[in-house]
Amino acid sequence: MAEKILEIRNLTTGFLTDQGMVKATDRVSLDLEKGKTLCVVGESGSGKSVTALSVMRLIDYAGGIITEGEVLFNGQDLIGMRQQDMLNIRGNRITMIFQDPMSALNPVFTVGEQIAESLRTHKKLTSKEAWRQSVEMLRRVRMPDPEIRARQYPYEMSGGMCQRVVIAMALACNPELLIADEPTTALDVTVQAQILELLLQLKKEFRMSMLLITHDMGVAAEVADRIAVMYAGAVVEEGTVAEIFERPRHPYTIGLLKSIPGLEGERGGELYTITGSIPPMSKIPSGCRFHPRCTYAMDVCRTNEPPLSQSLTGHKAACWLDDTGADDPRPAKPNNREAKVTIGTRPEVTQP
Amino acid sequence: MTHEYLLEAKHVKKYFPIKTGLFNRVVGQVKAVDDVSFGIRAGETFGLVGESGCGKSTLARVLLKLKRATDGDIRFEGQNIQEVGSSDLRKLRQEMQIIFQDPFGSLNPRFLVKDIIAEPLRTHRRMSAKDVDARVVELMELVGLDVSRRNRYPHEFSGGQRQRVGIARAIALNPKFVVADEAVSALDVSVQSQVLNLLQKLQKELGLTYLFIAHGLNVVRHISDRIGVMYMGKMVEIARTEDLFAHPRHPYTKVLLSAIPKPTPHRMTERIILEGEVPSPANPPSGCRFHTRCPFVQEKCRIEEPLLEPAGDDRQAACHFPL
Repeated sequence: MAEKILEIRNLTTGFLTDQGMVKATDRVSLDLEKGKTLCVVGESGSGKSVTALSVMRLIDYAGGIITEGEVLFNGQDLIGMRQQDMLNIRGNRITMIFQDPMSALNPVFTVGEQIAESLRTHKKLTSKEAWRQSVEMLRRVRMPDPEIRARQYPYEMSGGMCQRVVIAMALACNPELLIADEPTTALDVTVQAQILELLLQLKKEFRMSMLLITHDMGVAAEVADRIAVMYAGAVVEEGTVAEIFERPRHPYTIGLLKSIPGLEGERGGELYTITGSIPPMSKIPSGCRFHPRCTYAMDVCRTNEPPLSQSLTGHKAACWLDDTGADDPRPAKPNNREAKVTIGTRPEVTQP
Repeated sequence: MTHEYLLEAKHVKKYFPIKTGLFNRVVGQVKAVDDVSFGIRAGETFGLVGESGCGKSTLARVLLKLKRATDGDIRFEGQNIQEVGSSDLRKLRQEMQIIFQDPFGSLNPRFLVKDIIAEPLRTHRRMSAKDVDARVVELMELVGLDVSRRNRYPHEFSGGQRQRVGIARAIALNPKFVVADEAVSALDVSVQSQVLNLLQKLQKELGLTYLFIAHGLNVVRHISDRIGVMYMGKMVEIARTEDLFAHPRHPYTKVLLSAIPKPTPHRMTERIILEGEVPSPANPPSGCRFHTRCPFVQEKCRIEEPLLEPAGDDRQAACHFPL
C-alpha cells in the first residue's frame, strides 16, 4: 500500500446562518497517495472549495466551522491543531493556488517581493538570498526574462503570467502538497493548456502531491490519477480516471458525462440533461441526496442514504443500485461518444 | 428581394481611441475589430470563437448597433443599419435581440420577473395590460419557467432559471436574429445542457437565426452550423462546423482545437502549446497578426498581411500557407 500524504476522514464543515447550521460538506472522506494527483470535480455549491479550505484551515477565517472529522497530513491531524502551529505548515508544506490570479496577488508589491516574502518567513532567508531564489522560481515556472519580471507589478502582466507568479509563490518553499482550486478556470483555453502542462512538469520536478479542484471534466481527465465526484456536499463516487470516465457507477457521474457536448461524433442533437437543479445546502433531500433528479430512483433511495461502497479495485460509489443485486439499469458504457482509449502513458506533448 | 445573408458585414472596423494626459490627447487606437467581413444566413447558427480580447463581443455589439462601427457596412435583410434613422432603428431593434452572459447582472434586481419579460412589449408594442400578461405567461411556458413564480424578483431564481428569463425577454418581440453572447458560459454543466436544448428548441419553433459567441469550443461545436474564428480583431477562419473540426486550415484554429482538455482520458492527441503571450492590440504585429506565435511561420508572414480568402468548399481562411 502506497504511503498517503493526505487522509480526509468524515470531514463535515458548516456555516452558521439564519436557518441554523448549514452543512457545506457532509462526511467527506478522501485519500491522496504521495506523488499522485487527486481531482475533486463537481458543480458550483458541491463543497469542493470548502473541502480545500478546510484542509488548509482557512475555513476558520471564512466563517466556517469544522464540526466533525479529521484531516491527516502525513499522519498528523490538522483539525485539532492551533492556528499558530498551522502557520508552519500552511504556505510552507501545504500551499494553495486560487482561481483568480489577479486578486491572489497584492497590487502594490512587485511580484519578486511577493515570492520572496514566503521564503523569508518560512525558510528564514536573508532578503538578498530570498530575492535570488524568487528570480530562480520565476525561471522555473518558465517566466520569460525573470530578472526583469521580478521587478514588475501584477498589473503589468497578463492573466497567464500572473498565474505563473502565483504558482512560483506556491512552490517557493518546496511544498509536499499543492492544493489548486480551479487554477485555470479564469484563463483562456490556450493559456490553460500552458498552465496545466506547467503544473504537470513541476509536480514531477518538485516531487509534490496535488489536490486539484475543478468543474471541468476535461481538465480532470488530463491531469488526474484519481477523481472524486462531489454532489451537494458529499463525495458520491471516487475512482481512477479510467473508472470514472469509462465505467462510472453513480447516476450523477453518468448524467454529468452525458450532458457535456462532445468534440467529435454526432452533433446538434438534443443533449442529455439531468432534470431539476442542485438543491440548496439548507434543503438537502432525505435519503440519497441525488434521488429527486435520478432516473433510477427506487423507494430505498428516498429514505436511506447509500454508503460509499467500494469495489475490489477500489472504485467507490454511493448508490443503492450497487447493493440491490437487481438488474442494473445503468448503461454499461454511458459515453455516447465512441471513445478509443489507450491506457498507460500520457500523450506526448509537442512543443514546436 | 432575397438575400443570401440575413446579416452581412463588410469591412467592419471598430477602433477605440487611447487617450492620455490632461487634455485627453488621442495617442493611438486599439483596433478591437479590424476589417471583418462575413455573413450570417437566415435560420443558421453562426458560432464565433476566440480568446478574451479578440473582439468577438465588440463585433456582436457593432452588428446590433449597440456600438457604432468606426467604418464598414452592415446590412440586415439588405438594409444598411449604419444609415437608418431613429424611427427605423426602433423597428430594427425588434428584429435583433441579445442574450447576455451574466444571468445576475443582466436582470434589473428591482423588477419583478414578469415586468422584465414584459418590458420589450411595453416599449415596442401597443398592447393592453391583459394582452401583455397573456404574452408573458406564454413566453414563460415556452422557456420552461414556472408561471406561478412570475411575481417574484430575479434573486429568487437560480442561474439557469435567470438565463431563461433573459431568453424569454430576448424572444418576446419575435425577433429574427438573436445574439447569444456567452449565454451558457456562466452555467454549470448540468444546467448548461438544459439551456442549450432550449435554445435549439426555440430556433426550430420560431425560426431564429443565432450568432452564438462562446469560448467553450465543445458547446460551439454542438450548436453551430458554421463557425468563425477570431484572433486580435481579425476573422482568421470561417468554415462549416464539421470541416473546421475535422481539418482546420488556419494554424491558430489548429492550436485552439488542440488546446481543449478532452473528457476522454489518456487519448493520444497531439497538443500544440503556444509560446509567448498575445501581443498588445494597441500595437499589433506586422504582417499576419499570428506570426509571432505561429508554429508554421515563414518569412512572408512577417511582412504581408494575409486576407480572408476562399479555402475550399464554403470556407475561408486568412493564411498565406493554409494547412
